[in-house]
Amino acid sequence: MVKLKNFFRKFYLGLVIVFMYAPILVLVVLSFNSSKSRAKWGGFTTKWYSSLFTNDTIMTALKNTLIIALLSALIATVIGTLASVGINHMKKIPRAIMIGITNIPMLNADIVTGISMMLLFLALHYELGFSSVLISHITFNIPYVVLSVLPKLQQTNRSTYEAALDLGASPIYAFFKVIFPDIFPGILSGFLLAFTMSLDDFIITHFTRGATVNTLSTMIYSETRKGVKPEMYALSTLLFLSVLILLVIINRKNAYQAKKKER
Amino acid sequence: MSKNAKSPAKNPSALLATPYTIWMIGFIVIPLLMVVYYGMTAKSDGAFTFENIKLIAQPENLRALWLSILLSLISTIICLVIAYPLAMILRNMKFKSNSFIVMIFILPMWMNSLLRTIAWQNILERKGVLNAFLTFLNLPTLNIINTPAAIVLGMVYDFLPFMILPLYNTLAKIDENVINAARDLGANSRQTFMKIIFPLSLPGVISGITMVFVPSLTTFAISNILGGSKVLLIGNVIEQQFQKLNNWNSGSGLSLVLMVFVLISMALVAKYDKGGDSTSVW
Amino acid sequence: MIENKLIDLIHVTKRYGNNTIIDDLNLYIRENEFLTLLGPSGCGKTTTLRIIGGFESPDEGQVIFGGKDITKLPPNERQLNTVFQKYALFTHMTIAENIAFGLKIKKKSKQYINDKIKYALKLVNLDGYENRMPDSLSGGQQQRIAIARAIVNEPKVLLLDEPLGALDLKLRQDMQYELIRLKNELGITFVYVTHDQEEALTMSDTIMVMTQGYIQQIGTPEDIYNEPKNAFVADFIGESNIISGTMIEDKLVNILGCNFPCVDVGFGKNKPVDVVIRPEDIDLVKPEEGLMQGRVTSLIFKGVHYEMEVMANGYEFLVHSTDLSPVGSEVGIKVDPFDIQIMNKPESEDEEAVMPLE
Repeated sequence: MVKLKNFFRKFYLGLVIVFMYAPILVLVVLSFNSSKSRAKWGGFTTKWYSSLFTNDTIMTALKNTLIIALLSALIATVIGTLASVGINHMKKIPRAIMIGITNIPMLNADIVTGISMMLLFLALHYELGFSSVLISHITFNIPYVVLSVLPKLQQTNRSTYEAALDLGASPIYAFFKVIFPDIFPGILSGFLLAFTMSLDDFIITHFTRGATVNTLSTMIYSETRKGVKPEMYALSTLLFLSVLILLVIINRKNAYQAKKKER
Repeated sequence: MSKNAKSPAKNPSALLATPYTIWMIGFIVIPLLMVVYYGMTAKSDGAFTFENIKLIAQPENLRALWLSILLSLISTIICLVIAYPLAMILRNMKFKSNSFIVMIFILPMWMNSLLRTIAWQNILERKGVLNAFLTFLNLPTLNIINTPAAIVLGMVYDFLPFMILPLYNTLAKIDENVINAARDLGANSRQTFMKIIFPLSLPGVISGITMVFVPSLTTFAISNILGGSKVLLIGNVIEQQFQKLNNWNSGSGLSLVLMVFVLISMALVAKYDKGGDSTSVW
Repeated sequence: MIENKLIDLIHVTKRYGNNTIIDDLNLYIRENEFLTLLGPSGCGKTTTLRIIGGFESPDEGQVIFGGKDITKLPPNERQLNTVFQKYALFTHMTIAENIAFGLKIKKKSKQYINDKIKYALKLVNLDGYENRMPDSLSGGQQQRIAIARAIVNEPKVLLLDEPLGALDLKLRQDMQYELIRLKNELGITFVYVTHDQEEALTMSDTIMVMTQGYIQQIGTPEDIYNEPKNAFVADFIGESNIISGTMIEDKLVNILGCNFPCVDVGFGKNKPVDVVIRPEDIDLVKPEEGLMQGRVTSLIFKGVHYEMEVMANGYEFLVHSTDLSPVGSEVGIKVDPFDIQIMNKPESEDEEAVMPLE
């Protein structure tokens, strides 16, 4: 009875995972398809993987995507971490207001956020392009950082910080020596989440990019009608695999550290 | 904020939020006010008007809005039905950290979501992967590409993680002894679920619902890719106002209509999710 | 006390993987008894309670309740209720709804439920708290609600899992009296888990001392305190001097080279034993009057008594006395024969493992 229940549980979990990963498998298979059309299988090839690196439009879009993701995540992490410390020190009402504002881009429709930012740039006669996309990404990324860091800050023990002050540390020194190590996991996950969200964003980029700048998302969208270039499948497969490997390594390391902590 | 600025000596750390405050006012609050401004003024002379908002009453727009609401409601319900048992299963597996769960459900985001949606075209097409599989099993084939059903599938696929993660987060936080206490007081499994587990998971349910409903309601990419050009959602209508017709005012007016639904969602979250932690997905 | 077995655990064993939490445990609980399961954390006491409550099922053995085998019965069908560690109140319900939970499931009438809520709140001294939410109550108050929620169901047995663990000292002591009063008023059986030996001694009719899944000793508080069966129990219950000695013959033991008369018999001749002497049982006298001579090395005022350490024949004795002997003074050590407790040395390695790690 218990065994049957366990079997159904695992089966169900497996089913959802198949659902989540089936399209990814399709894309990986397509990246090895020698036919240019995704509708038919033309035999196995790795040519898209080599032609990928000579395709300037894809390479430029990749560069834009990665730079925007990295820069926006970094800047958002700095601003968001500072903001979290600030919010954590606020009294009840200003604090509630700040958390409310933080929730707006999280809960608002991306299309409205994108449109509103586009309107701002256009009204200011600020040329749409790389920097407008970057600003927009920073904007929707900061809340992810705040919402990752703030709970960690609330968990930190205030008396360790006070103990550090008591032992003669300056507030800044005490922060970096005592608080920072405690909230670092939150900062890191905020950064990674921001990076991921920026990488996967389409709608907001779509409205704020102007005519000149392309990220991978907007490039793919513009190709949906005429057909996505097979190199794009190859690139996504590579990106996906590298992240998969990275995450497995991090997970192993975390598990190892957790084990060490237990002892 | 102004309250804190008045007494910086008392609480200087609160000032660290200043750059963030300025940023959010500049890039969130003001832009939203601009949507309100454009939505309520006429394109020709900038005079105050409700005409842009009234555009929603035009039959084709109303049809698009109605279809959007219907499809996003259906996909939200499907997401909830799929995700709740899954989150319960994950909870009962009692992982030491949630990194495994996050890994499984965040990882797909690293494959571009548009590409993954396009991959569903391949799966759902008349001669696609799914039908090949069904034919192999001697089952009747499915022709759902370019129909609302395909759009619903795309929505469910894209936004399912946003239902699973908050649900799992709230369920995992329920003290095992609270459940034991209900059993101890005579409740059977069904009563325990209805009276204890489900009510306690409500914040996660609410934030999961809004996190699926809002993006489903406002998407234009999924409907474009999986609906062909046959199915028009409110997101497509608004997008066209801006990108094809260049009419900011009417686009903003229609966005304001969307905002009403967003505001309702936000109010719901604010009411039920007091800890604010179920929206954090990591 | 009524000699009537209510609960009987027979050969109960529980393992998690390769870890044996409870090893072949046999225990019976009588009607109207206050039984305390006492031991250090991880000794299996909570697991034992959870097996009685039905939250864990034993890998081997049986649980008998009122003559019926309930080993496989789910918790909601057992006639007992639990007060959980950290209370486990339903935070989304009011106090009244919390207390009414079990009664509503049993489909009692509205009138009956309301009367019961009133009665239970009065019993735990929290009248008028019906419409408060659990979060707005202090720890001690939440604890009382948890007890009220359990007892309205009129269980035959109340299981309490370290219920006072999260409270501060003063409140804990108040609640101990409160619990004893409750038990007397309700006239039901209490099974109580704690790691606090003082709590156990104060409240219990019977104490079961456990460590590493084994029962070390079962007895009344007086038995456990005055006649610990082994060094573990002696050390865990109160402070004590545990010294290696040799049983010269019946009623005479040699400790650190000096002979002490005692009352124990049947250990054989020249047999190595453990000797337990409680700090308050040592009399400090003039050097020439003592059986052993030593020098006071430290002195601390403890309020009700002085705590002294006396170095004698290479062993540092802990002594509690209301009479002060200054540091550095030469003293004689005298112990009443009744106050010397002789115990067999552990023989197997398995038993060695249960020795206190000090």
